[in-house]
Amino acid sequence: MITLNVNGKEHALDVTDDTPILWALRDVIGLTGTKFGCGKALCGACTIHLDGQATRSCITPVSLASGKKITTIESIGETEVGKRVQDAWLALDVVQCGYCQSGQIMSASALLAQTPNPSDEDIDNAMSGNICRCGTYPRIKAAIKNAAKA
Amino acid sequence: MSTPDKTPAKSETLSEHGMKRRNFIIAGAAAGGGLLIGFALPKMFEDKGGHSTPANSEKAAREAFSPNAFIRIDKEGLVTLVMSKVEMGQGTFTSITMLIAEELGVDPAQVKLAQAPADEKKYADPLLGGQVTGGSTSIRGAWEPMRKAGAVARTMLVSAACQDWNVDAKECRVENGYVLHSGSEKKIGYGELVEKAATLPVPQEVTLKEAKEFTLIGKPIKRLDSPQKVNGQAVYGIDVRQPNMKIATVAMSPVLGGKVVSVDDSKARNIKGVRKIVKLDDAVAVIADHMWAAKQGLAALDIKWDGGRNETLMMKDIIGQLDQASSDKGRAAPGAVATSEGDFKAAFAKADVKFEAVYQLPFLSHAAIEPMNATVHVQKDRCDVWVGTQVPAMAQAGAVGITKLPPEKVFIHNHHIGGGFGRRLDVDFINQAVAIAKTVDYPVKLMWTREEDMQHGIYRPYYYDRLSAGLDKDGNITAWKHQVTGSSIMSRWIPQFVKNGLDSDAVEVAREPLYAPANIFVEYIRQEPPGMLTGWWRGVGATHNTFMVESFIDELAHKVGKDPLQYRLANMKNSPRAKHVLEVAAKEAGWGQPLSKGSGRGLSVQYAFGTYVAQVAELEVKEDEVHIKRVVCVVDCGMVVNPDHVKAQMEGGINFGISGALWGEITVNNGKVEQSNYDNYRVMRMRESPVIEVHLVQSSEAPGGIGEPGTAAIAPALTNAIFAATGKRIRNLPIKNSLTAA
Repeated sequence: MITLNVNGKEHALDVTDDTPILWALRDVIGLTGTKFGCGKALCGACTIHLDGQATRSCITPVSLASGKKITTIESIGETEVGKRVQDAWLALDVVQCGYCQSGQIMSASALLAQTPNPSDEDIDNAMSGNICRCGTYPRIKAAIKNAAKA
Repeated sequence: MSTPDKTPAKSETLSEHGMKRRNFIIAGAAAGGGLLIGFALPKMFEDKGGHSTPANSEKAAREAFSPNAFIRIDKEGLVTLVMSKVEMGQGTFTSITMLIAEELGVDPAQVKLAQAPADEKKYADPLLGGQVTGGSTSIRGAWEPMRKAGAVARTMLVSAACQDWNVDAKECRVENGYVLHSGSEKKIGYGELVEKAATLPVPQEVTLKEAKEFTLIGKPIKRLDSPQKVNGQAVYGIDVRQPNMKIATVAMSPVLGGKVVSVDDSKARNIKGVRKIVKLDDAVAVIADHMWAAKQGLAALDIKWDGGRNETLMMKDIIGQLDQASSDKGRAAPGAVATSEGDFKAAFAKADVKFEAVYQLPFLSHAAIEPMNATVHVQKDRCDVWVGTQVPAMAQAGAVGITKLPPEKVFIHNHHIGGGFGRRLDVDFINQAVAIAKTVDYPVKLMWTREEDMQHGIYRPYYYDRLSAGLDKDGNITAWKHQVTGSSIMSRWIPQFVKNGLDSDAVEVAREPLYAPANIFVEYIRQEPPGMLTGWWRGVGATHNTFMVESFIDELAHKVGKDPLQYRLANMKNSPRAKHVLEVAAKEAGWGQPLSKGSGRGLSVQYAFGTYVAQVAELEVKEDEVHIKRVVCVVDCGMVVNPDHVKAQMEGGINFGISGALWGEITVNNGKVEQSNYDNYRVMRMRESPVIEVHLVQSSEAPGGIGEPGTAAIAPALTNAIFAATGKRIRNLPIKNSLTAA
């Protein structure tokens, strides 16, 4: 048994220590907003916050989350920065298929929490681990800048 | 900036198979009260001898009407739109809703959307003839019928109100779900009118709004699916959860087309959470409590495979066969003629300048981020499939074949798609999920790993095209030949539309180039690659042939020392809309203005999907890496339903096309696909995304498709720009290989 704190709620899970947080969230707890894309931290669709740090949940075992706070897309809107990011996404209609956008928003929120006024280079560095096959990058970048100003 | 053009839209993808039909709008009472509006397709009412009876169709339609219509208005006034199209990012959920809402007089944001069930006839695309979301057809097909349906509903609701009030319809208007009377300021909600409206005759003729009266069409209405896609609430196929559901993942034969010989599952069965191992002909699945257990179980299996005849298959075999088939001498049978006008041979023989080139395009993966998946529950008397698919009826047919249940017992529950790009026009993974779920009595969600997804794709075909042109002494094109060689997707996917061996998708754009000399010959030679399954990839035939045609025209311009823009314009025939987009793009991009050394601009222009697009790419080549600075894209897609959608589709489509052009390739080595994940199948990331400027041409022409043109036109703009920057001509994609090889 391992206990995970997800979005402020404790969950006792009967999974092995090496289980990636992604599958604990999606298949065991039932929070499906965090997406599976590559399984190797190459696409960023599974990005969550672990104590506020953007983390690829597909390669991070639950054992590393013990005693830490997991935040997912389902609750990022409850943070001031997360809400700003979501609003900026809506204002520019960033999404297309939308599948990667949970991860994009989690990476962007972590970036703005640490770097409130990011440069283009900061944005590229923070966001280049998140693939969007619909190619919404121009709008993601613009939305991050708007969210920073908001 | 309206530029009327009389060029008939002949080259719409797949629309040329005579599938256009007249729709009849029907209306009636909904079960439990309310108004239903739907279509009846005449084809549904063929008599037993297969003869359709158009004279009686409307009557028959009314009699056969069933409540799977696409607009329902209930007694509370709630409008539900049953979407025959699936949303995969292209925006149809919003834009089709806008079409209906425009005429019905409701707020699009208040319309409830429901996914259509599988029904090949009721929810057929008018251009494609089946229940398909693809080919950039959604708005082209929906433009008239959906507005008409909205207008029919409105007319009936207004009539119902007029009867109540004893006033003339001319004195009434609609607004936000209400009928209003101008004289008395009386107002009544649609919900209160539906019961009476359902009893009224369906108006034979309705007047649609003129463009100047539009309040929604042409406006950048916000996407209806955005809110749930920014907070994790949108449900994709992969997110489906059912009571008692288990998770499965599979290993398929590493050698394409191979079979399972034996499986030792003794270790796997001891892994915590593993429930069952399922051996199929060509795959082994592990069913478990969650994906991690399933993956662990899979890793613990000892599977013996028989690779079969593809065990020694190499790329050089596939390319060698294409090369041979494409040559006039090496070919086994004559090609299928797509276009033959004038006398190419004679004109080429006497041309002052002769030029020939061979271009090659690689196999491509779609690499949608949502891996292939489906959730299936097979029970004795029914089968439920939860999935995101571009082809619900095809999914149903597949499940019927495997379960032997009648179609009415197979329920396809469609969902948001996490990237389609053509991959979800195939149902291989759904069939596999049904076959696995059939072995157990609980629901199973099958998820492919990224590696299985990439190595068992349905790939964009490898194309091997030869082009030849003859020019007169002034550089004018007098003879043009294009020989397309490659796999025929249509022969597998819709064989009934392949006529005399001609796959019209394979020659899309090529058969009617914008540069139409008097003597032109275009043919298609089918050569299937061993082992590889080929399928639709965003931009379909246009992605293939715009690269060929727009590369070749650029080469011809340079060959005779002319400016690529002026040369295109001079050789273009009868296409004012094409000329216009090209001229605007050149102007906006600063065509002709000097750039620093190592930088260049490249052009492309295209007519496909009923839409004209011109693109100018500006880039710099440094140490064999291409840095794309800016892409200017001018679009004339006729009437614009939602300008922000058009822009978004161009931005995204261009970026999708850039990934493919710069890096995309699937290769095989001893029958195994070499790429496996995003580390070795490179796709664009944030830092590589250029500035994209999209300009829309105002037009009153019928709407064209927008999902694919942006992708299809970008590759030649890039390679033409690379030539301008470096003098290096790239005839084989991906660019990364050609840049480093030359």
